[in-house]
Amino acid sequence: MNSTVFAPWDDPQAKPLIQFKNVTKRFGGFTAIDNLSLDIFEREFFALLGPSGCGKTTMMRMLAGFEQPSEGTILLSGQDIAPVPPNKRAVNMMFQSYALFPHLNVWDNIAFGLRRDNMPKHDLEDRVEEMLRLTRLEKFARRKPHQISGGQRQRVALARSLAKAPKLLLLDEPLGALDKKLRQDTQFELMDIQEKTGTTFVIVTHDQEEAMTVASRVAVMDQGKLMQVATPDRIYENPNSVYVADFIGDVNIIQGRATSTGEDTYRIDWAEGQPPLTATSANHFSDGQTCHLAIRPEKVTISAERPADAVNAVQGKVHDIAYLGNLSTYYVELSNGIIIKAQTANTRRISRRSFTWEDPVWLSWTATAAVLLAD
Amino acid sequence: MRRAVLIAIPYVWLLALFLVPFFIVLKISLSDIALAIPPYTPTLDLSQGWAGIKEFFSQLDFENFVWLTEDDLYWKAYLSSVKIALIATALTLLVGYPIAYGMARAPEEWRPTLMMLVILPFWTSFLIRVYAWMGILSNEGYLNQFLLWTGIISTPLTILNTQTAVYIGIVYTYLPFMILPIYAALDRLDGSLIEAAEDLGCSRTQAFWLVTIPLSRPGIIAGCFLVMIPVIGEFVIPSLLGGSGTLMIGKVLWEEFFSNRDWPVASAVAVILLLILVIPIVLFQRNQQKQAEAEQ
Repeated sequence: MNSTVFAPWDDPQAKPLIQFKNVTKRFGGFTAIDNLSLDIFEREFFALLGPSGCGKTTMMRMLAGFEQPSEGTILLSGQDIAPVPPNKRAVNMMFQSYALFPHLNVWDNIAFGLRRDNMPKHDLEDRVEEMLRLTRLEKFARRKPHQISGGQRQRVALARSLAKAPKLLLLDEPLGALDKKLRQDTQFELMDIQEKTGTTFVIVTHDQEEAMTVASRVAVMDQGKLMQVATPDRIYENPNSVYVADFIGDVNIIQGRATSTGEDTYRIDWAEGQPPLTATSANHFSDGQTCHLAIRPEKVTISAERPADAVNAVQGKVHDIAYLGNLSTYYVELSNGIIIKAQTANTRRISRRSFTWEDPVWLSWTATAAVLLAD
Repeated sequence: MRRAVLIAIPYVWLLALFLVPFFIVLKISLSDIALAIPPYTPTLDLSQGWAGIKEFFSQLDFENFVWLTEDDLYWKAYLSSVKIALIATALTLLVGYPIAYGMARAPEEWRPTLMMLVILPFWTSFLIRVYAWMGILSNEGYLNQFLLWTGIISTPLTILNTQTAVYIGIVYTYLPFMILPIYAALDRLDGSLIEAAEDLGCSRTQAFWLVTIPLSRPGIIAGCFLVMIPVIGEFVIPSLLGGSGTLMIGKVLWEEFFSNRDWPVASAVAVILLLILVIPIVLFQRNQQKQAEAEQ
């Protein structure tokens, strides 16, 4: 492993900053977090990703101190934080609604936390100015929150939560209220600030693109459980379950039965009248075991003739085309009614598109393109 | 055309229900007392035409207003009313704020019930409720009976016909006017602001003083004015619960009208009272306007 790559999660010597140990949280009869264990390391940009109601916000509120775990412990730098109230934790939070104090101007909002620490006046002013510079808000220091734009408010919230130099910064859907273009710019700004300050960030989001862009590691959650915790590329390329494969990005899922044909190579029989597919997998499947083949649309090649060297090739006709500008997704219907998506980059002008509706086409992919997943 | 009609409605309303009565009262305050029906002079006699109108205006004077400055009863009554109103408003705020806070913090499904309990007394006549307080506060009343029974006191307390009774009556009667605007302000308060304050190092108490109170200030101001403005001119409570020892301008006004039948002086008292009330009313309006602007 290259030592310059930031990957403390692969280093058994590294001490995690945060440890969830068998944490369970119940609200009445509802289990929001179900016996969950997780390590988050210093300087990480960690994303909790999942659909609404999956428990990601509860995780964050437990870290901030607004909720107590029903069972299990949460350690921050090795210390159990359960008895520490929110105002005594070296953890700050950026709220989804930003929660800026409407009666205070931008400057006073940022200074709010520092004043509670009785910081000397001179240091306090320096710190606030530094935060204003970091978030490029110098010009708006005297404005009230309702006099600035949504993007500026978001930056005030960030500056305010960073002002106290917390060990850990929690971001609850920080970009949810911004429009797409601004959100993309802000994502890079967030990463930049995270790098500059060296603070550990934990971000909660339901937007997988956002999680993939900003995070060093992503935890995909569902119904109070962690489905997979890994770097964005591993989550995308090597999902460990159908749920994760389906949740992250676009995917074709083909159900079939696996038969071993060699070392790590399997034949998948998946439909009457269709040729069997070939896939490789490091995981072992017994003969006849039900399996799911997950193939990303961009790894499927679309062509008019059957490619001579294709390991997997199926024939169908173009059912629909989704034109996204830079990409086109072809929905190809096979003879047995199954639809498979294939994505191509639009490197040519649309008027010179090779395929159109109802065209007979071949879809092909390599043996390693697909991920073989157990039921 | 339709717009003109719509705009005209509030102006007609104002004209018919405020300006016309005000000018009638103002006119009476400039008249002289007379043993007649109505008990003042002059009255406008339009049958004599222009000369009659001139005659009418020549008889109006500021005699009654001068009289108000000569007899110290009046300014003492004004002062005493303002003092009682200020103290009563402060007491109502002290009682009302915790109630409003409790309502805003109560579980969602309880709030309509709590709101109902606050408004419920309005369904009974105000007069009957004040009379009920006489029964509670008198020497043989329920309160004294209860305190004697518990052994806290050995002789009955004299509460009725004192200023204490007036304050109790005012706080009781005007409490909803204090609770409702404060509740409205607290209800709108985003709970995450309190969490943000705690997250940034505030204790619960600090968060209350630094966030909750400043953000409910428009409600507090509105509630205080809604209580203070009518209390300055309050008549029923001091006359029923306050006895002869409580001097309030509303009572003076009533006596001038109905005991002395001196309508011109009574009207002068009313005009001055209105002028005094204009100050808090204007302040109240500005508060409401500022709040509306902040919400945009």
